[in-house]
Amino acid sequence: MRRNLYLQVFVLSMALFVQAGRSADVGWLAKVPARDRERANPYHGQTEAVAAGRRIFLDHCAQCHGDDAQGKGKKPSLRSPRVQEEATEGDVHWLLYNGNMGKGMPSWAKLPDQQLWQVVTYVKSLHE
Amino acid sequence: MHRLHRLFVIFLVIACTVAAAQERPYFVAYSHEMEEPGNLEIESYNVVGQPPGGNVFLGSTMEFEYGVKGWWTSEFYLDGQSTQSESTIFTGFRWENRIRPLLREHIINPVLYIEYENTSADKSLREIVGHDGAADLTTPNGEARTEVEREMEMRFILGSNVHGWNISENFISEKNLAGDPWEFGYAWAVSRPLALAASARPCTFCLEKFQAGFEMYGGLGDTGSFGLHNTSHYAGPTINWNAPSGVTLSFSPQFGLNDYSVPHLYRFEVAYEVDQFLSRFRRQPR
Repeated sequence: MRRNLYLQVFVLSMALFVQAGRSADVGWLAKVPARDRERANPYHGQTEAVAAGRRIFLDHCAQCHGDDAQGKGKKPSLRSPRVQEEATEGDVHWLLYNGNMGKGMPSWAKLPDQQLWQVVTYVKSLHE
Repeated sequence: MHRLHRLFVIFLVIACTVAAAQERPYFVAYSHEMEEPGNLEIESYNVVGQPPGGNVFLGSTMEFEYGVKGWWTSEFYLDGQSTQSESTIFTGFRWENRIRPLLREHIINPVLYIEYENTSADKSLREIVGHDGAADLTTPNGEARTEVEREMEMRFILGSNVHGWNISENFISEKNLAGDPWEFGYAWAVSRPLALAASARPCTFCLEKFQAGFEMYGGLGDTGSFGLHNTSHYAGPTINWNAPSGVTLSFSPQFGLNDYSVPHLYRFEVAYEVDQFLSRFRRQPR
């Protein structure tokens, strides 16, 4: 009887743990502080920045997200409504800077801020 | 047996011609930046020097650095050295793991580092601890290799990225498992890309492909005599270039800062990064 109780508690805990993990994955946007979300992209709409951002993207991001940013395997597409419509440029910059390390997205803080914004400009240009 | 050792050195030299990477131009200090998950970086670190009263040596380390998770990097090293008028020998192996406990970027980012090493007659100078000095490097290979050192090394790494600058500090502690006292050391380094924004056109020698900086490291004695005295210290400028196809070349002339140090060290590194290494062996969906 007690054994069954332990088993139920274990299964319930695992279910909660897995659900928490999924919620965290769905909710990276919810983690972005308002101050970061509202940050303005200094390269917004600049065609030179789109070209530079694409070069950086191909060097560092395409290995996981694909050359066309459509995603690869379990790695998400960057043309999704979440990235293109829900997320602001500040949100995408925050994700690049901090990563989502628990889910396999590394921090790209090793790149200078200017290059991160150039990547943001390129990624956001995919919507057009 | 000597043929095997020569083959090892030839392997290192060949590896230099094919190896690649994208990282800071540091030779002793570690930054807080992890290897990207799934990527394998193959690196060849080399140091050339001549201790006073000793022969010219080349210490080499072949590194295989793998990003296990975004917060966990594991690295395996093979060490070798060649000393003029003596011999060329395989000196041992190391295995280290770096773990980043905080999963977001902060002003100061800590990383925990733990390494097991099994070496003898090592001249790679990947860290300076305790009372390490130039005199240790004059012991003939035949004598030095009879003493196998099994050690645990731990580092507390702190790193920051500020306005394009990377600042990294390492506090090093090392314990010989045979029972010697704890030994301590330090390393710090700063670097910055020569241009912060990327250019729109493809280029090979544009400024953002170069990083330059400064590195300093040395010993801090042991549990019996902690401090900067009676140990060696080095400092020097450092630079790297991200060459095409993901190859990174780094170079640093370093200078001994006291009589315990080798007067000059010349360090160079070649690194090559293999993207998503394990996925190359998985069957691709049709």
